[in-house]
Amino acid sequence: MSTDTSSMRAVAGDYEVDDLVAVTMTVNGTAVEAKIPARMLLSDFLRHELRLTGTHVGCEHGVCGACTVHLGGRPTRSCLTLAVQADGCEIRTVEGLADFDGTLHPVQQSFRECHALQCGFCTPGFMMSVAGLLEEGIGNDLSDSELREHLAGNLCRCTGYQNIVAATRKAIDLRDGKEG
Amino acid sequence: MSTRQFGERVQRNEDDRLIRGQGRFVDDIPLEGALHGAFVRSPHPHARIVSIDTSAAAAYPGVHKVYTHEDLGPLDVLMPLLIPHPCITHGRTQYPLAHGEVFYGGQAVAFVVADDRYTAEDAAALVDVRYEPLPVEIDIERATEGGAPLVHSDVPNNVAAQFVQRSGDAEAAFAKADHITSIRVQVDRSTAAPMECLATAARWDEVSGELTVWAATQTPIGLRGALSSLFELDENYVRVIAPDVGGGFGPKILFPYSNEIMVPLAARELHRPVKWIEDRGENFVNMSQERTQIHYIDLAATSDGRVIGLRDRFIHDTGAFIPYGIAVAQVASTSIASSYRIPNIEVEFSCVYTPTVPVTPYRGCGRPHANFAIERAMDQLAQELGIDRFEIRRRNFIPPEEFPYAREGLIFADGLPVKMDSGEYDRCLTALEEALDVPAFRAEQEAARAQGRILGLGMAFYVEGTGLGPYEGGQVRVHPITGKIFVNTGLTTQGQGHKTTWAQIVADQMGVDSSEVIVVEGDTGVFDWGCATFASRSAVVAGNAIHKTAIKARQMVLQVAANMLEAGPDDLDLADGRVFVRGSGDRGATLAEVATMSNPLRYAFNKAAASATQFAAAASSDGPPLPDGKRPGIEAQEYFSPPHATWAYGAHGAIIEIDPVTCNIDVRKYICVHDCGKMINPLIIEGQVAGGVAQGFGGAFYEHLDYGTDGVLKNASFMEFLMPYATEVPDMTIIHQETPSPINPLGVKGIGEAGTIPVPSTIASAVDDALASMGAPPVRSVPLSPAAIFAAMQASTVPA
Amino acid sequence: MKPSAFRYVVPADLQSAVHARAANYDSAVLSGGQSLIPTMNFRLSHPDVVIDLRLLDELDYVRTDPSYVRVGAMTRQRTLEFDDSAYRANPLIRQTLQNVAHPVIRNRGTVGGSLAHADPAAELPCLITTLRGELVAHGLDGPRKIPAADFFQFIFTTALEPDELLVEAAFPVLDPGEGWAFCEFARRHGDFALSAVACTVKIGPGGAIQRARLGACGIASTPVVLAECEALLVGNKPSEELFAEVARQAVSSIEATDEPEAQRRYRRHLLDGLVRRALEQAIQRTGARV
Repeated sequence: MSTDTSSMRAVAGDYEVDDLVAVTMTVNGTAVEAKIPARMLLSDFLRHELRLTGTHVGCEHGVCGACTVHLGGRPTRSCLTLAVQADGCEIRTVEGLADFDGTLHPVQQSFRECHALQCGFCTPGFMMSVAGLLEEGIGNDLSDSELREHLAGNLCRCTGYQNIVAATRKAIDLRDGKEG
Repeated sequence: MSTRQFGERVQRNEDDRLIRGQGRFVDDIPLEGALHGAFVRSPHPHARIVSIDTSAAAAYPGVHKVYTHEDLGPLDVLMPLLIPHPCITHGRTQYPLAHGEVFYGGQAVAFVVADDRYTAEDAAALVDVRYEPLPVEIDIERATEGGAPLVHSDVPNNVAAQFVQRSGDAEAAFAKADHITSIRVQVDRSTAAPMECLATAARWDEVSGELTVWAATQTPIGLRGALSSLFELDENYVRVIAPDVGGGFGPKILFPYSNEIMVPLAARELHRPVKWIEDRGENFVNMSQERTQIHYIDLAATSDGRVIGLRDRFIHDTGAFIPYGIAVAQVASTSIASSYRIPNIEVEFSCVYTPTVPVTPYRGCGRPHANFAIERAMDQLAQELGIDRFEIRRRNFIPPEEFPYAREGLIFADGLPVKMDSGEYDRCLTALEEALDVPAFRAEQEAARAQGRILGLGMAFYVEGTGLGPYEGGQVRVHPITGKIFVNTGLTTQGQGHKTTWAQIVADQMGVDSSEVIVVEGDTGVFDWGCATFASRSAVVAGNAIHKTAIKARQMVLQVAANMLEAGPDDLDLADGRVFVRGSGDRGATLAEVATMSNPLRYAFNKAAASATQFAAAASSDGPPLPDGKRPGIEAQEYFSPPHATWAYGAHGAIIEIDPVTCNIDVRKYICVHDCGKMINPLIIEGQVAGGVAQGFGGAFYEHLDYGTDGVLKNASFMEFLMPYATEVPDMTIIHQETPSPINPLGVKGIGEAGTIPVPSTIASAVDDALASMGAPPVRSVPLSPAAIFAAMQASTVPA
Repeated sequence: MKPSAFRYVVPADLQSAVHARAANYDSAVLSGGQSLIPTMNFRLSHPDVVIDLRLLDELDYVRTDPSYVRVGAMTRQRTLEFDDSAYRANPLIRQTLQNVAHPVIRNRGTVGGSLAHADPAAELPCLITTLRGELVAHGLDGPRKIPAADFFQFIFTTALEPDELLVEAAFPVLDPGEGWAFCEFARRHGDFALSAVACTVKIGPGGAIQRARLGACGIASTPVVLAECEALLVGNKPSEELFAEVARQAVSSIEATDEPEAQRRYRRHLLDGLVRRALEQAIQRTGARV
């Protein structure tokens, strides 16, 4: 690590190409510390450093949404985020969706009941996006086409989305305490 | 007796792991100390390699090895032509790493192995390859003309294969026809784009000498065969595992890909596990593709619309190589007459090389192309003769009583004659017509037109030869300690739900709940007889093999239990994990006890085992504990080999609205009526159909690989290759019809590809209907686009 | 698809960020990363230095005053979208943002990042250009205001000097009763626009259009103000004939490209229709009738 001696400016960090950057974050409620290259994508950090392989990587250019995790409470593309950008942040991945006792999150329950997954590769990212919508307060008063606009942003190649739309409605009901 | 589970909407056994983030796709497998590979790929569609300098890459920190073809030794050989049909006169396949020349943009030239993927990509960029570009011709019609640039300098006119098939006498039929309809149609290049790209990981066990390969493949058994042969190893020393696989849709059937050779090789030489995970950018130029065909189809008809002859001449783009033979073209050529009687057929095709990514089957495999040709031609014929589109199809359907219906002379992709086994086509079409409510639509269309709105109704019928051989096997075992039932096949699953459907089949025989049956497949270390997952064949071929196996296992249970319970096997029944004497209530045994008793033991390693040892009362007999011809344990294995393909079918209909400003299509209603014979699990079948329709809709309106005239792929990303989101895929209604197949015990037909096949035809038909009143020219190529629809509106003869 | 290695600089405040920028002309500025990181993953860009603005909370704000909705460059697009004061002052901002990519991208993408990226098909540059908003740059010499019309210079090219960072975007507020619309067509929901049109209209006491602002993106190397169209509108009462004339005028603003003739003709048709649609919607929102 080099320091900017040319001025007295406040630089929180200045790392040469080969330097490792120390980061701390909270992942699924657990504090994590690591030293990583600045260029490491958050997706790779979660998958390969923390071995949280539930988050998948489908395109690495932000179109497919398979890598979606919650960063600071908001659904975020982990492939379009450097792990160092998440320093000090709270992260939730698919592994953190269910309760500690294993009780499924409404979105997990509804995806299973509605057959909203086939190969299961896009599913974690899709569920994290839908979980974000649930937290934002999305409601079942939306029309199908409005609901689909909220789901656009995640690609699925297996299901044709029909059952994902149904599962999202079901998850909203479960959140609201209505059995679907 | 437990409730029958075959046919029920059973929730899937595979989901719990997947929704908890506990799936195990290749890149999820923890391999301690694994190195990572990256390929150097050709940026040119066709070029001579002048030189390759790997020195800078090899010297880059963290790099373990840089391979070019010179480093491959005995592996520097052409990869196999997997299906060597005799009509392939000029079959060409590629080397694992290019050998002096590259034939498509993306072809593997060098392979870098490094500490991690980041470093491997850094080093791959440092490999200095000098190319001398060669001329290219991308247009498949011009490519066959004299003087066109050649992909392979020793393949005249770029033609790899030519094939003619005849059924009846087409020439005579055309001579006596009242009316002849001729059209040219084109389907363009696309890619399957599974959400998980290709992936390979390998580890050599230094102690046992065994090679383990994890691959995102549809055929572990096939890949093991290839690797054993290439690496000159006994098959027992190669284990190929397809763990969770993130979608396949066809291209994962091809093997071996370069990576499937380079990764094991590097793992052996570097004494470390090695991983190569294809990224999306590579996937667009590496994984095999499909679709481009140009058909010239002629129909010979009587004046009342009966088609008496069909001639089709088509050109099939096979890309730069033909590793999977003529499969796609052959399926297209034998599906061309679809559901229609058409007694006289002549179909001829040429497979043409282009300097593009090699072509192998992608969901539909020639069927969407053939369907687009015949259905566009039928619509045209209907229009020319003034007959309704539904009616003209009815007049030509093979009626139910004419099954089995053979097309003498046509040989299907399984090497067997085309023989359609069963169907009620008219009933299916009627269901579609009613669901669309055509009269109501016509009124609405008329009213909308007055407001300047453009509505259209489209329809198409399809057939699909499914369940191809050669064979598949099943194994059912009952474990002695737990009584759990394990089922194995040689297949793989990429989302089709085998862990559930096989469990349903077995559960019915074994008297347990399907959630208690554990299916393991995709691992040659577990079961290694069979072929692969392709051609909508799993339910038919493996499903029936498992059914036969389960019946056998049930009989074994009954036999052992009969001895244990001192009852006749016919008096016994199986339910709730127990076998019991019918009507007796408590006289019975658990499956675990039966499994234990079926295996004569010497050692009483647990309490249950004590009852199966030599000195236990139940075991006393004068003969050998295991009588001649008997096997220990409850373990059965059976195989099923279909006599020929079984033909599923269906009808799709759409009501669309075209926005006059954007020229975009809004699908207001989409109906699929389908018949895949007896249904094992309607929930899963609906998922297969819906996913197929989405993929078909992509092929009809969104997805197109845009190769420029210079041969360079211009849209190699998800940003520009328009795979639909939820907003682009229509909501749909799926209507089931069940006509059992008479040629397999379960009466099932395949469903995997069905949804995809007629969608381009249906959408084209709807666009034609929408623009008909303007006098717009009919749709002759897919994928469509707003710009193409605008062009059709511009070419209209009647002012809007 | 992994980024190449870079020197990583994390300034703690704006001053140090400006100094870091000034010291590294070939650096890339990382704000939300939703445009930069894809190009880095494809290695289409491989900056030697990445300056990460993530600690610059001072640039994360939405402030509405009587003239402008002022948005700090590091404000997430989703934050601006949900900001009620901004919505009340200029509802066109929210409508435009809803056309920007997908919610998950907007959660991370920043307002300043999108503007500084200057994609000619992007929505926010189109909006601020149409509204005659202004951008505030900050360099070694301090802040500098740049009218939107001067800010966007070419594809991915802005008027920012090498030592300057974009710090604020100021979107003019709408007058009471002013109509507004943003009409876009993209092949897929959330994709960059094939073409998009932003507009505002204000009806005068006599029912004639008193002020009109009309702009488009996806038709040239920068977002464009359709000034001739605006001139046609002002002083006239809204009518289908007027809108048709304006749409024809708009089409003549399409910059020549090497795209195929069929695509070019389609684009002309599309822009013509989007202009008419946007005007109809905007007029409707004024309460007037066409």
